[in-house]
Amino acid sequence: MRAPSSSEAALGEVLLAVEDVSLSFGGVRALTGVSFDIRKGEVRAIIGPNGAGKTSMLNVVNGFYQPQSGRITFKGEVRTSMRPYAAAHGGIARTFQNLALFRGMTTLDNILAGRALKMHRGFFWQLLRHGPALKEEVEHRRRVEEIIDFLEIAAIRKIQVGRLPYGLQKRVELGRALAMEPDLLLLDEPMAGMNLEEKEDMSRFIIDVNQQYGTTIALIEHDMGVVMDLSDRVVVLDYGRKIADGTPDEVKRDKDVIRAYLGEPQ
Amino acid sequence: MQSTGHCLDTVPKLLVRNAGAIGSRPAMRHKDLGIWQTWTWAQMLEEVRAFSIGLAELGLKRGDKFAIVGGNRPRLYWAMCAGQALGAVPVPVYSDAVADEMAYVLAHAEVTAAVVEDQEQVDKLIAASDRLPQLGQVVYDEQRGLKDYDHSRLIAFEDVQSIGRKKLANDPDCLRRWEAGVAEGNGGDLSIILYTSGTTGRSKGVMLTHENTIVSARNANAYDHVGQDEDVLAYLPLAWVGDYLFSYVQSYVAGYCVNCPETLDTVVADRREIGTTFALAPPRVYENTLTQTMVRMADAGPLKRKVFDFFIRVARRWGEKILNREKVPLGARLLYGVGNLLVYGPLKNQFGLSRIRIAYVGGEAIGPEIFSFWRGVGVNLKQLYGQTEASVYVTVQPDGEIYADTVGKPSPGVEIKISDAGEVLYRSPGVFIGYYKDPEKTAEVLTPDRWVHTGDAGFFDPKTGHLKIIDRAKDVGRLNDGTVFAPRYLENKLKFYPNIREAVAVGADRDFVCAMINIDPAAVGSWAERNNVVYGSYQELAANPLVYDMIAQHVDEVNRSLAEEEIMAGAQIRRFLILHKELDADDGELTRTQKLRRGYIVDRYSPLVDAFHNGSTTAQIATEVTFDDGHKSVIAARLVIREMRPYPARAAKMERAA
Repeated sequence: MRAPSSSEAALGEVLLAVEDVSLSFGGVRALTGVSFDIRKGEVRAIIGPNGAGKTSMLNVVNGFYQPQSGRITFKGEVRTSMRPYAAAHGGIARTFQNLALFRGMTTLDNILAGRALKMHRGFFWQLLRHGPALKEEVEHRRRVEEIIDFLEIAAIRKIQVGRLPYGLQKRVELGRALAMEPDLLLLDEPMAGMNLEEKEDMSRFIIDVNQQYGTTIALIEHDMGVVMDLSDRVVVLDYGRKIADGTPDEVKRDKDVIRAYLGEPQ
Repeated sequence: MQSTGHCLDTVPKLLVRNAGAIGSRPAMRHKDLGIWQTWTWAQMLEEVRAFSIGLAELGLKRGDKFAIVGGNRPRLYWAMCAGQALGAVPVPVYSDAVADEMAYVLAHAEVTAAVVEDQEQVDKLIAASDRLPQLGQVVYDEQRGLKDYDHSRLIAFEDVQSIGRKKLANDPDCLRRWEAGVAEGNGGDLSIILYTSGTTGRSKGVMLTHENTIVSARNANAYDHVGQDEDVLAYLPLAWVGDYLFSYVQSYVAGYCVNCPETLDTVVADRREIGTTFALAPPRVYENTLTQTMVRMADAGPLKRKVFDFFIRVARRWGEKILNREKVPLGARLLYGVGNLLVYGPLKNQFGLSRIRIAYVGGEAIGPEIFSFWRGVGVNLKQLYGQTEASVYVTVQPDGEIYADTVGKPSPGVEIKISDAGEVLYRSPGVFIGYYKDPEKTAEVLTPDRWVHTGDAGFFDPKTGHLKIIDRAKDVGRLNDGTVFAPRYLENKLKFYPNIREAVAVGADRDFVCAMINIDPAAVGSWAERNNVVYGSYQELAANPLVYDMIAQHVDEVNRSLAEEEIMAGAQIRRFLILHKELDADDGELTRTQKLRRGYIVDRYSPLVDAFHNGSTTAQIATEVTFDDGHKSVIAARLVIREMRPYPARAAKMERAA
């Protein structure tokens, strides 16, 4: 029942463009001259075999790594590298391959933490918890409750995140990223370690986020079935280089991609 | 609030009355976005009326049937009343039913419209649409995921309401016409069709009139002194007659508030916030709560566990007597008071039972041990014996006359007789008018002078004058040696153990009794964790020899208790096995109200039943399972059969000695 959004999205304006980015750690080349773009409103997948440089690519996009060369254009602004803080402020949110939640805090507080950048009143006002600061907090809480409702995690609202099963923790992390109301959402293996049912749930949430909030999504994923179903366009990395870029169908037929995944035919 | 005359004979009329008489009192609450939203009776009338007029504009008219599919949400209850105000008949459907089951009911009921909760239910209707040619508009409550659907036959709940509100604003005569429509309805009109999830075969549509349910509700409210101040939590399926009475008709009659939980997973937390005072639940709910408690206590520290065990023993000994206002020594009373402070109070609070005044348990027989446990800690659990065909009430236990093994005395207005064959029959103002489009079945159950065959075997206990139900009349059988075999009786004994989720006893027309057992994954899982038992799946856990040992102990204890009962001593369990999968309604093994479909199970697992009786020690079985999303697969397993040693019949022995 999904609307045929891929063609329209492909025509959307470019939200983020990566041009000729190279990154190395000492002698190890993680990325070599990679270029691709992410258009507004699409679901963009970055795939590739182990060690292909997928997570490095994501880390460059949100400013965690500084590439040695290349340019990143985000919302029309050109820079050689991002800073994580600037990326977050500019509307890029992400989730991590290995969870990075506040384990001792409740689901509610974790997601509320995602609103930190949206708090306008200063420390002093918040300490008073009165007047405008209180009003602001009520508004933030409302947004957080909407996300809780959206992700169907009302039952774990007040449970410490550390006590939750892995699949639910992943969902809380997605919730925290959504709380930032990002323009671009980066998901690093959102379905790693999940069973089939959890994967189906997560896929549904990703589609819903994309459709309902119009959030642009870039995701890294191993499960090919998931990638092909979810994404509008796919970029394929292998040994730090881009080897293919296109719709899921195009990529699936690409000779280089098949070779990268299945090895050389004997 | 007592009845104020004959004119209040339909639910919509009661709504109009309440909006006038107690307009500012809460009628419904719903937890949404973490906050309880409240509607007063006056606000609810406005919501229902707007939706009702909107529905009329979309073409719903007197006599039409329309489906209600979804969870316990205010809007779905409003939809029932909105339709009834037009003279249309709501047909609530179990929302967890798979598309095929749902299609059968909706096609049989010839529904022309549907009000559903969300995308999931819309998808099911779309999947079944070729079997539902008369189905027109589908109204949904939750927009999510439906944005890109074809909206030619799909409309949001609030859009229907705004059609209604616009009509009300533009057409000055509209309000008068709507009210005239409400006044036109009368008590004898068909008010609802409830499909029973029959334990055999296809479900039947029980037709109830407004009068059936309103008279039953009035009697019940008067009997239990139920008034405006009660708080009821609506969390059981809308398609169940118990919910229709407790969360709907009785609320409209008495004017009390019905609370809808945030989601099904938050019921316990929501109940705790509301503090329900009046409830009806099937035994399963109390069983699960007890299991949860036991599992958590097993994980607690040794001191806490000792305190808990000690005071639970105190509760077992004295609690019920105190609740029944019998004479209890002062020391015991004091000890119980301490227990209340340390254990019972917190326990009840944990499950939101602190304010409970009356907690009815119905739908199926409850294990006496579970029943006594809850009464012991001070929850006024009472048994209710009811049927959809009776608008719930057949018998209830009066306060102060509670016996774990009876279902009580006839409810006000109900006559009961026992047929020569031992079957229970009743007659009351709540008796249904027939099964929809099924005169044959109606004739089987309903006699011309309006007695209803319950299909249950029972008798009046001469000592107490209470009705005792033994089992389904058709399930009670005999072993080859003539011993009476009442499977449900055995199963309930087994299910008392938290480790046992479900049990199926087989023995009619056989030489001895055998049992197939389902372990409780939560209880046994927690046991496994504590005992370093490693397992990868339910199937693996179920096949573990240590688990078998544990279950064997339970079976042994059941046998010992059976040996003490004269009639049951011969029906001890000789062999048992643990099933490799959980019995599931999606596979047709349970009904949607979670009752065993015995005949079907025995058929489906016939290789196991054969193995029981041909002396094999293992049995091979392959079963098809249906997953939540409807796709099927086959799981195969080789199951071990355990032999049990029966106890000599003690009661019989004592008799001989005497």
